[in-house]
Amino acid sequence: MKTNQSEELVKEPVKTDTKEAVIEITGLCKSFGGQEVLNNLSFKLFNGENLVVLGKSGSGKSVLIKCIVGLLKSDSGTIQVFNQDITKLTVKELGEVRQKIGFLFQSGALYDSMTVKENLEFPLRRMKEHVNQKEIDEKIKDVLENVGLADALDKMPSQLSGGMRKRISLARTIVVDPLIILYDEPTTGLDPVTSEEISLLINDVQKKYKTSSIIITHDIECARTTADRLIMLQDGQVYEKGSLNKFEKSTDELIMAFFK
Amino acid sequence: MKINIPVSKAKQLALHHTLKLSENTIAKTTMANNIITDFADVLLFIRLFIKETFSRKFEVREFFHQCFAIGYKSLPLVSVTGFIMGFVLTIQSRPALVSFGAVTMLPGMVAVSLIREMGPVITALICAGKIASGMGAELGSMKVTEQIEAMEVSSTHPMRFLVVTRVLAATFMIPLLILYADGLGIVGSWFGANIKGEVSLVLFFSQAFSHIGFVDLLPAVIKSFFFGAVIGLVGCYKGYNAGRGTESVGKAANSAVVLASLLVLVVDMIAVQITDML
Repeated sequence: MKTNQSEELVKEPVKTDTKEAVIEITGLCKSFGGQEVLNNLSFKLFNGENLVVLGKSGSGKSVLIKCIVGLLKSDSGTIQVFNQDITKLTVKELGEVRQKIGFLFQSGALYDSMTVKENLEFPLRRMKEHVNQKEIDEKIKDVLENVGLADALDKMPSQLSGGMRKRISLARTIVVDPLIILYDEPTTGLDPVTSEEISLLINDVQKKYKTSSIIITHDIECARTTADRLIMLQDGQVYEKGSLNKFEKSTDELIMAFFK
Repeated sequence: MKINIPVSKAKQLALHHTLKLSENTIAKTTMANNIITDFADVLLFIRLFIKETFSRKFEVREFFHQCFAIGYKSLPLVSVTGFIMGFVLTIQSRPALVSFGAVTMLPGMVAVSLIREMGPVITALICAGKIASGMGAELGSMKVTEQIEAMEVSSTHPMRFLVVTRVLAATFMIPLLILYADGLGIVGSWFGANIKGEVSLVLFFSQAFSHIGFVDLLPAVIKSFFFGAVIGLVGCYKGYNAGRGTESVGKAANSAVVLASLLVLVVDMIAVQITDML
């Protein structure tokens, strides 16, 4: 699966009315030292859709997805992932839910001391305990081909460019076949061409692996390319939600500031 | 003596002093709070470390990888340190022993000094500089670049994978490095003794070991394990709890060296007291 550059950039939105919610957040609150970051936030992520979360820096976008994956503990509210409230799970149960969630970190978060192959092996060995070395090698080869970096197997992260790091990081995320992928600013720090490649790759992953995704970004081009639906956060709450078309045509000043 | 100050000025002065006192009180309370919080953090870290050490899933491969990184890769530094310790100790002690006509005591004296005190403490201090700072910087930068969180998302407990393996590797490898440094120290001492005299290596070693007993070796080995544990724990604690910015990586490495070195000396002092009582 190579990135198809000629593909129509604005995608056909996934119909969500008949789909079930894979993530349902209700009344989520999170504050740090008295500063409220998320304030009674509620929304749903439907099966098979790419939900883009927009918002200014510091609006709580990254905190939101870290709460979803259990890296941060919410103060109140519920986070239902496949009908399991992750705020009430034990460490073991949380580990099981995490096997269904992939997380692409803003910085890539590749392990510096490991080669690309070892980076990809790491989650595979821990999350899929019964796979043998041959299956691991085949899976790694397959995902590296999917992100267009089959020849980077023995490279160290320090030998990779920013775009390559993001691709390898995405490969590490999809290597365990997650059902949901959380992207934390996937195109930050990349040039426009590489950003577009990454955005198209996100769509390719959605199609091939049938994933549902939350994409945190303030890159409007990335949002245009990947979004089936958007929500905008402001002061820790959902400020607006809807289709790309609705956002593009909005006369609201804050939304227009993003889409001008 | 009567002081004439206008009432308004007096009120201003009183308010100023009250505010200053309040500021001082707040600053002292904050400092005390910070110390208590830090102490509680350390206890929680140690508790979590112990819990994860005895968990079922031990990271054997990573443990041996860390043993290699801590043990094998420290050999050149420890070799030079050990050799120089013995060499310098011999050169410095020889004139005093010659003046008392006790130059034949030189190998025994050097061996006892090295094995009981100088070898363990100096090697541990050198290891604190190399290993604790390395752990602090490595874990600190892993935290800054979200690698620790990435590990957690991959269903891997970072404490088990990163901290337990490093602390245990340091605990087991540092005593071995210390014994190795002691051995090279005696070789260095032989070189030192041969500058102004002529002693065979076999005779020198035989004289040196004839003065070393079980009571010299055992306390030194036991305290070496504690040195290793302290170095590993401090290095990992500082790195694991580093702040978010790149500046905090440097701070974590720096404070790891300072605290580990200080604690090595404190552990040595306690060990000497205990040995003395037995």
